[in-house]
Amino acid sequence: MSDSIDIINALALLTNFVILPGLSYGSQLALGALAVTLVYSILRFSNFAQGDSMAFGTMLVIFLSGYMINQGWTISGVPTALLAIPIAIIGMSIYLLLMDRLVYKHYRGIKIKQSIVGITASIGVMFITGGIVRFFLGASAQRFGDGERFIFSVREFKAFTGLQQGIALKTSQFLTITLAILLVAFLFYFLQKTKTGKAMRAYSDNKELALLSGIDPDRVVRITWLLVALLTTIAGTLYGLDKGFAPQQYHLLLLPIFASVIVGGIGSPLGAIAGAFLVAFSEILLTYAYKKFLIYLLPLSMHPSSLVQLIGTEYKYAISFVILVIVLLIRPTGIFKGKVIVDE
Amino acid sequence: MRVLLGMLEATSGSVTLDGNDISMLSTQDRIAHGLAFVPQTKNVFPSMTVEENLQMGGFIRNDDISKTIDEVYDLFPILHEKRKQLAEQLSGGQRQQVAFGRAMMTKPSVMLLDEPTAGVSPIVMDEIFSNILDVRNAGMAVLMVEQNAQQALNIADKGFVLVSGRNEHTGTGKELINDREVRKKFLGG
Repeated sequence: MSDSIDIINALALLTNFVILPGLSYGSQLALGALAVTLVYSILRFSNFAQGDSMAFGTMLVIFLSGYMINQGWTISGVPTALLAIPIAIIGMSIYLLLMDRLVYKHYRGIKIKQSIVGITASIGVMFITGGIVRFFLGASAQRFGDGERFIFSVREFKAFTGLQQGIALKTSQFLTITLAILLVAFLFYFLQKTKTGKAMRAYSDNKELALLSGIDPDRVVRITWLLVALLTTIAGTLYGLDKGFAPQQYHLLLLPIFASVIVGGIGSPLGAIAGAFLVAFSEILLTYAYKKFLIYLLPLSMHPSSLVQLIGTEYKYAISFVILVIVLLIRPTGIFKGKVIVDE
Repeated sequence: MRVLLGMLEATSGSVTLDGNDISMLSTQDRIAHGLAFVPQTKNVFPSMTVEENLQMGGFIRNDDISKTIDEVYDLFPILHEKRKQLAEQLSGGQRQQVAFGRAMMTKPSVMLLDEPTAGVSPIVMDEIFSNILDVRNAGMAVLMVEQNAQQALNIADKGFVLVSGRNEHTGTGKELINDREVRKKFLGG
């Protein structure tokens, strides 16, 4: 077999096991990180409840899509969860606005350091939200995706190209990447071009001057939560379609999400996206076993006998931690020069 | 100034604008009635462009604000040139022009300036005083608190010297500059 075919096979292998999963995991993190960035920019605290909120949104989608499947309200080939998302977003908005009313609003009224008080309050919300999800859905893992699992499968790809290594495009991956692009485009358009979006940026920039300009702070906060509900529900559902739903898994997502936000620069939406992909690809590149990949590329005498895996997958959360530590030591403002958390 | 704007409560007295009592209105309603305020510091939106700063100034207006934006550009031509730049990238004097421009977007009848020249170099100070005259010539009353008393009184139609919360001296700018007691106490002889 010629060398160039080997290289193509190696690349196909890498695309299937690193690039596609990295892109979809990165997109899921990016949506979560954008939600955290929004809350930080407007409400001035790091929202620790983000991971569990994603679980809450996914729970709504699971219940709704279950009901819809029972009623036969499905479209063949399309995951029913996708159809359930819009209604789940409404439910999520109500939940987040309720939490704002019951918890965060009280602490906003008190003139103390929001960065500390907000975090502490959000940890409380995190436990409540996580508890609600476990109460209704249980703590065990479950899958809720129906419809076609693949846009094209490994076998179809092999038959089509004649390559030894196949690439599969999962429906969940395709949906994740497309929806993430659409959502990010919408968010940036909203923040850059619409009057309401500009008012939100103004509020985030200089709260007192925003008030002097007649911008209604309560409205800004409400719209922030609506955007967070949109991002959170979609991010959670996409993650669940891709990897299955487990409350604990969502809870732990907080770590890579926060790593993304800080790596990219706190308060910078572009940074959140860049950071998310950096974290996602670091996790996947470092935990991938390169044995097969190297066998394609290296001469027989140099074939590795071990898995050539840099870090075991069980340590993947440590990678987020290490990235976090490195960034905070070397460049605390992140890649895109975000804010450094200071007490106001 | 914060009392005039309704950001602090008055212990006594009332605030009237064109003969209307606005003491009971909220800050936002007073701005809608024709007050505008340029704070001493943090008076622009730093990570927004010059044009967006002006748009935010006109946030409460529901009519077409593009004409007012053009008026601001006529008054401060440099802002038109830099309209796509972020406010944080401008010089101190230009940023002050953005701050004035933002406050002018509601077409106020009175502009309140809080120490507009605090902490700027003498050259920029001259620039700012000429900006203030521009604003006045555009037909707005300007009420300012200023530490550079000499220069402020020079351009003022009316001056008030407040001493520990009480109004000690009132007069036209020229009168106060020539007042012996004011000169001795506040202008260094």
